[in-house]
Amino acid sequence: MAENNEKEQRSHTIVIAVENRSGVLARISGLFSARGYNIDSLSVSETEDPSISKMTLTVRGDERILEQIYKQLNKLIDVIKVSDLTEGDFIDRELALVKVKTLNSAVRQDIMQLASVFRAKVVDIGKQSLTLEIVGKPSKVNAMIEMLRSYGIKEMIRTGKIAMAREFSQKK
Amino acid sequence: MEGKEKKMTGAEIMVRSLKKEGVDTIFGYPGGVLLPLCDHLYDSGIRVILVRHEQGAAHAADGYARSSGKVGVCMATSGPGATNLVTGIATAYMDSIPIVAITGQVATHLIGSDAFQEVDITGITRPITKHNYLIKDVKDIARTVKEAFYIASSGRPGPVLIDFPVDVQRAEGNFEYPEEIEIRSYKPTYEGHPLQIERAWKTIKEAKKPLLLVGGGVISSNASDQLRSFIEKTGIPVVFTLMGLGSIPGNHPLALGMLGMHGTKYANYAVVEADLLIAVGCRFDDRITGKIETFAPNAKIIHIDIDPSSISKNIVVDIPIVGDAKNILSKLVEKAEKLQIEPWVKKIMDWKNKHPLTYEKNGLKPQYIIEKLSEILPEDAIICTEVGQNQMWTAQFYKFKKPRTLVSSGGLGTMGFGFPAAIGAQIANPDRIVVDIAGDGSIQMNIQELATAVYNKLPVKIIILNNCCLGMVRQWQQLFYKRRYAYTCLKDAEPDFVKLADAYGAKGYRVTTSEEFDNIISKVLEEKEKPVLVDCRICEEENVFPMVPAGASLDQMLEGLA
Repeated sequence: MAENNEKEQRSHTIVIAVENRSGVLARISGLFSARGYNIDSLSVSETEDPSISKMTLTVRGDERILEQIYKQLNKLIDVIKVSDLTEGDFIDRELALVKVKTLNSAVRQDIMQLASVFRAKVVDIGKQSLTLEIVGKPSKVNAMIEMLRSYGIKEMIRTGKIAMAREFSQKK
Repeated sequence: MEGKEKKMTGAEIMVRSLKKEGVDTIFGYPGGVLLPLCDHLYDSGIRVILVRHEQGAAHAADGYARSSGKVGVCMATSGPGATNLVTGIATAYMDSIPIVAITGQVATHLIGSDAFQEVDITGITRPITKHNYLIKDVKDIARTVKEAFYIASSGRPGPVLIDFPVDVQRAEGNFEYPEEIEIRSYKPTYEGHPLQIERAWKTIKEAKKPLLLVGGGVISSNASDQLRSFIEKTGIPVVFTLMGLGSIPGNHPLALGMLGMHGTKYANYAVVEADLLIAVGCRFDDRITGKIETFAPNAKIIHIDIDPSSISKNIVVDIPIVGDAKNILSKLVEKAEKLQIEPWVKKIMDWKNKHPLTYEKNGLKPQYIIEKLSEILPEDAIICTEVGQNQMWTAQFYKFKKPRTLVSSGGLGTMGFGFPAAIGAQIANPDRIVVDIAGDGSIQMNIQELATAVYNKLPVKIIILNNCCLGMVRQWQQLFYKRRYAYTCLKDAEPDFVKLADAYGAKGYRVTTSEEFDNIISKVLEEKEKPVLVDCRICEEENVFPMVPAGASLDQMLEGLA
């Protein structure tokens, strides 16, 4: 009987093409909560075809759970296609807005320097704070956020990752 | 095209669409926001069976569907009407039964305002329907109905709900019914992969101890003939899930009865010892597997199912084949030949002789009643059950001879299901005998439907196995909770079921001995005009054995009280 090293937990990036209708997001999120699967991040938007939305999900699980997630998603009538991008090469990006405390101009200078290293943009400046926009792979966004923590993050929001397979994608 | 220029109301479009789908009966209950639809149905030629509680409507539609293979239809108004359907929809969902439920909804401009009798029924039923719809525009009605019936009855069947706001029912539009539809995101797989079928047959041929495990999928795909040919050509013995009973006759020499928690000893032993399990149309529910780690420990598993998500969900399988059971079984029949498995079959037959289902024959025993019914009822009689001991005794002692003759809530285990389901089955099969095997607990969950059965002159036979308690739960308390009978005794306020039948205008009998039962049963079966209820005062302590305790392995069966 097939049992062995399938228990390894891995993070997977799944892109789901769905009918662009009301209630579809609820169907997907309901499926995850009802079956006890965890979503690390989720992002949804329209595509080049306005009748189709795409959702990018990051989920964690062993092979069997992933297989079930894949099948259960496919079972939903509104789901057109499910792809696990983790199986090949893909591009992924995330955007974060981070409002950092700037008590004096020295700190402000520091942060702006940091921003240029990470190619983040300053999108708002106030008396007490500075807001950065950073776009990149989630790992880069994480690294930048870690650097900013020591200055004091007043507010932060992230889009969750979006992803797309490369045209020449090698199956792993 | 007929009526293309003529405008009609949404309610009329709905009725015409239902007729296009061949709907002859709707089980339902009216209400404020369902009035336009009810008004159109009134002289439409579609028969509307007025139930006495919406739950009854959903179960009746389910019984209609299970017994006939057609899509069952029920309707209810918004709010409480819709929520009362929920248990029935969930019951159908768990057992993959095609029903379409139509609910009234408040006017579209009021949705979200907490209007009177407003409830988000598409939200509530999302996890218990195969799909659901809220129709917001009159032009969407016809296509929605077409899609709903197609989705409910194709692939792995299941319930579909259509929420139908009152202003859309009143709005005017054109009726154009789509002849064909294409849903780009829904393409069930019917044909099994030829290479997988080839692999499966090779494995079957090499097996020394092969065993078939048959579930409800064989019944819903009408694959009984193919299954039977396969069994008879190869000589492979077969065990059934509750939902699979009747797929081939229960008295067939190779049929080993039900497996699992209350399965026969020989079925469970066979599963434990088999070196190959060929599962067809079943989903390895915990009631059949027992402890999952020790399920079929010696077997490779071939799993044939139309729903890919059933495969390797609970049990890891070696050879999956996704597709329709009928299609795949007929491919296997083409390859099939007699297998050299005599020692294995002999071993099973020895178990069968050594460990038959038994009970002590003193007093009025529920098993006796079921055996008697099994003996005297015609092959095509439809047996509905409630849930609990009554259901398990029926599964054990009734030899179902034809598919779709057992109507029982397997997955959800819904008490109160059997009687309304029997009403639906009787409507779909007016010339056949329909029996509801009930307990005194479960019959009280939808007893109000006696009025429905009496009004519609439905001669449903209700056999109450009355032990004055919630027997299955009491059995667990007896075995696992130190005989502390918390909330399972019904004795102190047991209604007089005979008088109750009488009060509704049905016929009631009470029997306390086997002889009394034998004496009245032919009279009961002859009744053609009204429901008959038989209150059978069975031995109150009788339990269902064998029993695999929850979480134990299939070969760890209790045979009686310790």
